[in-house]
Amino acid sequence: MNIEGKKRIWSDYQKEIADDHFFYVRSCIRQSFFPGSEQFFLHLLRNILGKDVYENPGHTTCTGIGYHSDIVPSATIMTVIARHFALMKESGYKNIAISCVTSFGLYTEILETWKHFPEELEKTRDYLFRATGREFDIPENVAHSSDIIYKFRNEIAQKAKNFLINKSTGEPLNIVEHIGCHYAKMFPKTGVGGAEFPNVLGGMVDAWGGTIIDYPERRHCCGFGFRQYLVQANRGYSVSNTAKKFSSMKPYKPDLVLTNCPGCNMFMDKWQYTIREMEGTSFGQNGESIPVLTYEELAGLVLGHNPWDLGLQYHMVQSEPLLRKMGIEFDATDKYKTKDGKQMPIPENLINA
Amino acid sequence: MGNLYNLLLEDIRFEEGFNSCMNCGVCTAICPAAEFYNYDPRKIVDEVQSKDDDKITELLKSETIWYCGECMSCKTRCPRGNAPGFIVMALRSLSQKMGFFTESEKGRQQLAIKRTVGENIFKYGYCAATYAVNPEMHPEQGPIWEYILKNTDDVFERLGGQINGIGTGPLRKIPQEALNELKKIFDVTGGTEFFNLIEEHSRKKASDLGLQLNSKGIDNDYFVEVYTANNGSHTSHENQ
Repeated sequence: MNIEGKKRIWSDYQKEIADDHFFYVRSCIRQSFFPGSEQFFLHLLRNILGKDVYENPGHTTCTGIGYHSDIVPSATIMTVIARHFALMKESGYKNIAISCVTSFGLYTEILETWKHFPEELEKTRDYLFRATGREFDIPENVAHSSDIIYKFRNEIAQKAKNFLINKSTGEPLNIVEHIGCHYAKMFPKTGVGGAEFPNVLGGMVDAWGGTIIDYPERRHCCGFGFRQYLVQANRGYSVSNTAKKFSSMKPYKPDLVLTNCPGCNMFMDKWQYTIREMEGTSFGQNGESIPVLTYEELAGLVLGHNPWDLGLQYHMVQSEPLLRKMGIEFDATDKYKTKDGKQMPIPENLINA
Repeated sequence: MGNLYNLLLEDIRFEEGFNSCMNCGVCTAICPAAEFYNYDPRKIVDEVQSKDDDKITELLKSETIWYCGECMSCKTRCPRGNAPGFIVMALRSLSQKMGFFTESEKGRQQLAIKRTVGENIFKYGYCAATYAVNPEMHPEQGPIWEYILKNTDDVFERLGGQINGIGTGPLRKIPQEALNELKKIFDVTGGTEFFNLIEEHSRKKASDLGLQLNSKGIDNDYFVEVYTANNGSHTSHENQ
C-alpha cells in the first residue's frame, strides 16, 4: 500500500470536532441495550476530561428507525430534529453530540438537504413553530459521540491503565472496527476519514495500542437493513449479511469487534448467538465467539473502569477472553450484582461464559 | 412524461437522489439486498428513468421496492452521484400514499412496522425501548435478553439508567409535554395522516383477505400474517 498517497487523500477528510460545551442527544438503541455506554461517555467527558455536556430531559427519539422503515415522512423527521435544535438553542448550546449513527446520518442528511433546498428549511421552521411555538438555529458543530472520543484519544491513552495488547505475548490485539453505514457512506465529509479511510475507531485503536484488521468485507453492512430486521419474515436478510461479514473476518483471528453504531453492536453480538444456534458455527478462536464492544466500553476498559459497571455482562457474547488477553483483573463474583452489592440470579447459556 | 413520475419529482429525496443513470450497475454490485434477494437496484432506477407510468405503477405494486435495507452503500459508489436508496424511499412513500403497498407481501408489512415502531414513538417517545422488545417476537436476542427483561430495574440501576424515571438518563420517562409536542409535529407535518393511510389501506386488504384486524395492537390475524408470511419467492435460494 502506498502510505504517502493514503496520507494525502486522508488530509482531504479531516473533520472539525468541537472541543467543549456539548448538547448530548441519546440513542433509542444505545440507551436500551447499552445504558452503561452512554453513562460512561458522560462520566468520561465530565469527570475525566473536564468537559461541559448538557442533556435536556425533553429530547425524544429522532424517529430515524421509523423514517428508514418508511413509515415516517421526511417533513416529519425534519421537524422532530428541528425541535432538538430548538431545545439546544434554548439551553444555550451550539455543538451537538449524537449517540446514534442512524440519528447522526439523519442530522447530516437534513442539514445537507436544507443547504440544497432552502425552502425546506423555511417550511420546517414554520411546521415547528405551528406545532410547538419553538424556533431553532443550525448547530455550529455536529459530532457523533465517537468523534469526540476520537478527538481525545491521546489524552485517554495518557491516562490508560490497560492497553490493547496481549499481555502474555506483548503483541497488539487484532481488532475489527465497524463504523456503520450511515456514519459516512451517505455524506463522507461528515465522518472522520470519510467513506474511504474512516478512522474514527481506527484512530482510537492505534492510540490505545491495538492493530486494525483490514479484511475483505470490512465495509459491508452489519445486516440491520431496518425493515429487513424489524419484520420477522425478513430476518434472513439480516442474519445472512452478518454471516457474510463474520465469515470474511474469521481467518484474521479477531480478538474484538469494535462498533460505532449501537444497532450494529447489538446485531453483531446477537447474530453470532443466532448463527451458533442455527449452524453450530462460531467465528472466534477455539470455539469461542468474538466479543463486540462499543467505543465507550472499550475506552472504559482502557481507563481501568470495572467491566461490570460498564455492562459487558449484558452482551450475549461475554468478554472474559478479551479481558484475560488484556491482563485486566476482574472480580467474577461482582458480575451479576446490584448497585448496592446484592446477588442477582446468574443468567444461563451465554457465550464465552 | 407520466403523472407518477411527476409525483416522484415532488419528493426531495427523488430530486436529490436521481440525475441520470448510465446503467453501470455499481449500485447492484455493492448492494447487500442484491446478494440476498432477487433484487437489482440498477433495474429499478432504469425503469423509473423511462418515465413510463405503466412501469412505475408495476414497481409501486411490486415486491422489489421493499427489498432494499437503506444502508445507502449505493450512494457512496454511484459515479453519477445518484442514490438508488433515496429513489426507493420515494417509491415506497408514493406506493403507500396511493395504497399500492398492500398489493405485495413485503409491502403489506408496513402495517406491522407502524403498529410496533410507529406506536412506540407516540407511546414512549422512543422508536425502540428495552421494555418494548418482546422476546417472543425477537428470539434472536437470546437468553441474556430474557434475563434483562426479568431484572430490568437492577440492571439499569447498576449501569446508571433511569428507567421510567423523571429527569435525564438512559430510558428516562419522556415528559408528557414532549410527547404532546411530538404528536403535534406528526399532525402538522402529515405524519399522522400517513399513519392513518397505512391503517386504512391495510384494513381494506385485511377485509379482502378475510383476515381479522382490530383497530389497535398486534394481537390480530392480519398483523401476524404480514409479520411472518413468506411465500418463498423472494430469494434465489428459495427458487432453487
